[in-house]
Amino acid sequence: MTAKTDTHQKYYVPEESRIPIVFAFAALIAGFGAANAVAGYGTTMLYVGLVAVIFTLGFWWSTVTKESQAGLDTPQLNNAYVYGMAWFIFSEVMFFFAFFGALFYIRSFAVPWLGGEGAKGIAGELLWPEFEATWPPMITPEQSLLGENAAVKGPAENMYLHSLRDIGSWLPLWNTVVLLSSSGTVHIAHIALKENNKKRFNFWLGVTVTLAFIFVILQAVEYYEAYSHLGLTLDSGVYGTTFFMLTGFHGMHVLIGGIFLLTQLVRSSGYKHFSDKEHFGFEAASWYWHFVDVVWVCLFLFVYIL
Amino acid sequence: MSAVVESHDHHHGPKKGLLRWLFTTNHKDIGTLYLWFSFLMFLTGGAMAMGIRAELFEPGLQLMDPIRYNQLVTMHGLIMIFGGVMPAFVGLANWLIPMQIGAPDMALPRMNNLSFWLLPAAFTILLSTAFMEGGMPGFGWTFYAPLSTNYPNIAYFVFAIHIMGISSIMGSINVIVTIMNMRAPGLSLMKMPLFVWSWLITAYLLIAVMPVLAGAVTMLLMDAYFGTSFFDAAGGGDPVLFQHIFWFFGHPEVYIMILPAFGITSHIISTFSRKPLFGHSSMVYAMVSIAVLSFVVWAHHMFTVGMPLVAELFFMWATMLIAIPTGVKVFNWVATIFKGSITYETPMLFAIAFVVLFTIGGFSGLMLAITPADFQYHDTYFVVAHFHYVLVPGAVFSIMAAVYYWLPKWTGNMYDEKMGKLHFWLSFIGVNVTFFPQHFVGLAGMPRRYADYALQFAEWNAVSSIGAFLFGLSQLLFLYIIVKAVMAGKKATPEVWDGARGLEWTVDSPAPYHTFEVPPKITEQTKL
Repeated sequence: MTAKTDTHQKYYVPEESRIPIVFAFAALIAGFGAANAVAGYGTTMLYVGLVAVIFTLGFWWSTVTKESQAGLDTPQLNNAYVYGMAWFIFSEVMFFFAFFGALFYIRSFAVPWLGGEGAKGIAGELLWPEFEATWPPMITPEQSLLGENAAVKGPAENMYLHSLRDIGSWLPLWNTVVLLSSSGTVHIAHIALKENNKKRFNFWLGVTVTLAFIFVILQAVEYYEAYSHLGLTLDSGVYGTTFFMLTGFHGMHVLIGGIFLLTQLVRSSGYKHFSDKEHFGFEAASWYWHFVDVVWVCLFLFVYIL
Repeated sequence: MSAVVESHDHHHGPKKGLLRWLFTTNHKDIGTLYLWFSFLMFLTGGAMAMGIRAELFEPGLQLMDPIRYNQLVTMHGLIMIFGGVMPAFVGLANWLIPMQIGAPDMALPRMNNLSFWLLPAAFTILLSTAFMEGGMPGFGWTFYAPLSTNYPNIAYFVFAIHIMGISSIMGSINVIVTIMNMRAPGLSLMKMPLFVWSWLITAYLLIAVMPVLAGAVTMLLMDAYFGTSFFDAAGGGDPVLFQHIFWFFGHPEVYIMILPAFGITSHIISTFSRKPLFGHSSMVYAMVSIAVLSFVVWAHHMFTVGMPLVAELFFMWATMLIAIPTGVKVFNWVATIFKGSITYETPMLFAIAFVVLFTIGGFSGLMLAITPADFQYHDTYFVVAHFHYVLVPGAVFSIMAAVYYWLPKWTGNMYDEKMGKLHFWLSFIGVNVTFFPQHFVGLAGMPRRYADYALQFAEWNAVSSIGAFLFGLSQLLFLYIIVKAVMAGKKATPEVWDGARGLEWTVDSPAPYHTFEVPPKITEQTKL
């Protein structure tokens, strides 16, 4: 490394890089492949593209990590990462905002209006006279008109807790317990790291990662139950739609966050990265984790309880 | 490891050869890429507009069937918004923000390169539908459900939008961290040049609403292919929900396309009036107010859709409020010109035209904001005239003004002033001849988005088409002027313009490949 003789702070600008253009190409393949797959023209391109995206991203981040370990990061660049991560999480918040917005609109306006209530209820009254506005709508408007012949049918059962006696086997509650405690364990890990207690840090980070994957497994079990026993699927009207889209995107984020944390665990225990002062990789992952946790609290409240 | 460290060594000029453009991390290179890409898209979208105006030259169907017409209208909108105006502003941001705040480069240079190269990827996917069975999207750039959910090839559109969104979000994050983190010592937020301010606010807006657009297209995709019922009343959803989500993105998006124009105009008017800008901080507050208000006015795009009266009234009043901060800006520009020693170089001509014509677009916006009146105007050519006045002599003129204003700084050569003025007057006449008559046909009841129309609208449509061809063709002159200035021209001085203020005018023309290796000191004497 060249000695830094300048007295002013030098900002690290990588001269040129092949990674972004490769990534853009991978994204092109993945995007085109995804559209092909959805439109029914085969999935090969999607998988090739996804593998390329994942490998390029992995390579990119490992390069950044190496640069940081080589001491190229100035405090200014570290600041850039801090701001960057914060704004990235804000963009994720807004993504969920769209789906929560859809849920609130459907629950407060669309369904009541279809059931003939409220300011715009007249259309519902004329079009679907038999439809009753309840949440969750177990019978869709179309079903209220056509019965068994309807294309879009409501679910046989929903995910709400029906009797307090069943609370012990109510998966969402366990998922809440798992995720909330993982937010706690990641915080304990953070404190340990600040005290430079790497052993304790690795342990509690390990616990967090385990909890993350337990959550994903429980979620998978819940989906399996919904599809095989409750007759609740993605196409069972707006309830199925909002339920699976919200919990599904959240689950995806849990998975990403879990992998993110796992990477930090590997960096810490395998490569001996991080010190009490420099550990933004971990901090970013833990921010992300708290964000995922907050989304779950909202989900638990608005999708499972209220 | 060594490869990593070597690249940290001192930087020199740009690499030679084409690969430079693929691998570059330099903000000026990436800015140039963005600007050329947007120009290419501007010409492509413009060619589509020529097709539309040719079809509308007279009543009846002459050149294309209605499906092709719808595709052209849709792609014209998508290309001009996501490929033309937005990348042009990002290109300007790349070139100017580091120079204006005294930084060596953008904060995250590799991500910067990626933000750009995702755009050609996205447009490849979008335009590839032209060669598919079912063809390009033809549901309008607003892709209302359930029209779009029943359209062929919507999946390609959806993933193209996703990639554009990722590009925008990364670009915005880059802008924000650059501005927050890399300003020269002493350059406090309230001293910051207005173009930088306008982009800081724009970037916030982008990060806030691009994910909402991603959500909207995801819901469309799920409805179209996976049987969900977001926008399907049969399952308990509501097509109006789509419009709410879309316009929650769409209205801030409108300001994303105009705020950087405000910044540009402020610089140019101040320079050629040879006066500091009147009301610098009130300009900042006005932009912030406009940005905040943009989140609570979205439903004025859908007054006729059937909303409760309370909503209609709320969105009407909220929309009208925007006229206040916008008025502050317009009066500030006028006050800057007042008693200045004005010269009318090409950038100034475009900037003055911007103030006048954008204000016309703003006033027709006020007319549209009045709910009961909007019931008459909705989906007529009056709306087309309104948003083309804010976007063409608004956003596009400001981009052209910016290109003329900073081109000597970028290339080191002055552009041909005579040709520039010719380009301005042809564009100015062309744009007004195209869009002003559309107010008349709109008020007379001519609906948007039809390939054919009733006989009584024939004359003004013919006039409008002639104006469009004039405007379209004169952009080739713009291309010629730029290429000529890139190749050769009178050498520009560092200051370029008599009376120019800002850090970018303190460095050589063309600006060195890496502008501020050492951050400049900002003092009371620095002309900002």
